[in-house]
Amino acid sequence: MASAKAAATGEVTYLEAIRQGLFEEMERDVNVFCMGEDIGRYGGAFKVTEGLIDRFGESRVIDTPISEVAIVGAGAGAAHMGMRPVCEMQFMDFVSNAYDMLTNYVATARYRIGLGCPMVVRGPSGGYVRGGPFHSQNPEAAFVHTPGLKIVSPATARDAKGLIKSAIRDDDCVLFFEHKYLYRRVKETMPDGDYTVPIGKARVAREGTDISIITYAATLWKALEAAEQMEKEDGVSVEVIDLRTLLPLDDEAILATVRKTNRVLIVHEDTRTGGLAGEITARINEMAFEWLDAPVLRVTAADVPLPYSPPLEDYVLPQTSDIMRALRRLAAY
Amino acid sequence: MSPTRAPARERHRTAARADHASPSAALTREQKLELYYYMRLTRSLEERLVNLYRQTKVIGGLFRSLGQEADAVGAAFALDKSRNDILSPLIRNLGAMLVRGATPVEVIRQYMAKGDSPTKGKELNIHFGSVERGFIGQISHLGDMVPVMAGVTLTFKMRGEDRVGLVFVGDGATSTGAFHEGINFAAVQRCPLVVVVENNGYAYSTPVTKQTAAKQFIDKAAGYGVAGERADGNDVLAVYDVVKRAVERARRGDGVTLVELVTYRRKGHAEHDNQSYVPAGEIDRWAAENDPLDRYVHVLRDEFGATDAELAAIDQRVQREIDGATDVAEQSPMPEPLEALRGVYGDIEMIPPVWYREEVKSAVTEHERAEGWGTYNG
Repeated sequence: MASAKAAATGEVTYLEAIRQGLFEEMERDVNVFCMGEDIGRYGGAFKVTEGLIDRFGESRVIDTPISEVAIVGAGAGAAHMGMRPVCEMQFMDFVSNAYDMLTNYVATARYRIGLGCPMVVRGPSGGYVRGGPFHSQNPEAAFVHTPGLKIVSPATARDAKGLIKSAIRDDDCVLFFEHKYLYRRVKETMPDGDYTVPIGKARVAREGTDISIITYAATLWKALEAAEQMEKEDGVSVEVIDLRTLLPLDDEAILATVRKTNRVLIVHEDTRTGGLAGEITARINEMAFEWLDAPVLRVTAADVPLPYSPPLEDYVLPQTSDIMRALRRLAAY
Repeated sequence: MSPTRAPARERHRTAARADHASPSAALTREQKLELYYYMRLTRSLEERLVNLYRQTKVIGGLFRSLGQEADAVGAAFALDKSRNDILSPLIRNLGAMLVRGATPVEVIRQYMAKGDSPTKGKELNIHFGSVERGFIGQISHLGDMVPVMAGVTLTFKMRGEDRVGLVFVGDGATSTGAFHEGINFAAVQRCPLVVVVENNGYAYSTPVTKQTAAKQFIDKAAGYGVAGERADGNDVLAVYDVVKRAVERARRGDGVTLVELVTYRRKGHAEHDNQSYVPAGEIDRWAAENDPLDRYVHVLRDEFGATDAELAAIDQRVQREIDGATDVAEQSPMPEPLEALRGVYGDIEMIPPVWYREEVKSAVTEHERAEGWGTYNG
């Protein structure tokens, strides 16, 4: 499945890592199956499920009608019966079609009637790919607001594999936001054996002492770039926290980094108003106000639908230079 | 499919049943009396709930299925308990839940928001379920249970189990996207699913004529490539026959059936609804000419030789059970407030209380009946 070059180096792309995770979980547990649009013979719009149908057959790699409500709803029903469905949204932009099913049915079933929905709803999200308003969205904040769901958003290939495996094994519904910009751009070697990453735990992506960046998904890489540049140009040591899980948030990790650096920048690709940065800022305010030496700042997308043309998209989305400007403001505070 | 014409009882008599090959011909005398028991239990239990509602012991709205007991009971009776076929009831299908083993005490505890109710006070009325007993609780968003039941029955198919699912929707739910997506998906996958459209004439205050331009709901079956069958929803044996045929079709691998059961909603959407939108005389006509319990009593007496004493004994049993259940439910405790924070996730026992509630066990000392519930009489 992996390309010849990657096989030679032992490195696996973010996309291949997800496929490996799916493959291993389907091998491990006969109750795991995939459903989605064009995921079977075609292998999915981004080829994440390529090859699965050859190994597991049509009954476990199901091509569905264009029906996000049916995909998620049927996933819930199958989950009630003890299956472990993995539902693909062709683009996460389309998960909004299943918003009712996810927020009203799936997220509440355990609480209301004691019936869990152990299922995964996964798919590509995010911009920087000239995808325009409907193939670039970051709709996580709409669901972070829904108790009963779990949400993960990996930034690295290892986490992509470890988290998809944990998501499939979780007893509740996990929304798995893949980042399409990262699919083929990041790669690394995979740990041996049955590698999982716990849901609910953030990761220190870069140690630092002066300023903390809290981020997730594609902007992790921009944050790391900015951190390196700050170190070189300004001699400022920047810590970078990769949240990995957005619901439930890892309060401990957030608190630990605030206590360490006393200056916090939150970076996300999602739009600004009502985005996750607001929630994280409020938590820091409540938990660790006395540890702060500067106001919590945020770098996010502008509050507009994501435009298509490169100069427009580049202007709207957070860039490394934006992060640099914010870091310098924090350092000078 | 005008709901305003109550068909004369005689016209509904046993046309299907005259055929001895019809599934109901195989029902034993005991089973036929059981159908009566569940219909009577449904009606009497709801009447008891009305009493409790008027005593302000019911929290929230009360939903009746008066005049629709036959379609709920007859349809659920066509499923196989021993195989644990699964059904998803709607708000007028208390009878279907009772057939599958929901108990009066559970129902009364639910309506009184008790701590030991099936949902521990987290959900309303008959929104509860038991996969072990074969019913999955509904949500208020109409049509959503169709895709969910498509997934339940997809699982039966994937595992090679000879089980069947049945989902109730009302005439109103057929207008939702979820209904369409769910039945289409189930049809394409040839899921062993029976979709019952319980056409009771009204969705809240909206008559069927404002819900669809189709002449009858089974006309939609052709569009989905599934079988469609329609029956008199107030004739419990006709309901049993049509649903049983659909169940067997599903069980032998022939996929989805859209069943339309024509009935009539004699009470409002909920107890507060004064039905000002219903043409004068319509409700009385259905009550007088087409009550499913009256009709079935005639059938039991005239065609199956049931005696008055037999039926009275069933009525007394029902009354005893409801009295006992009421006593038990009234003694049940209200939930502990902190229960509100439990059960959101499988692996997180309790959502932590916010800081200003950390040492607080109950937010207020006395709970009030919410204003606006059951008070509308405009």
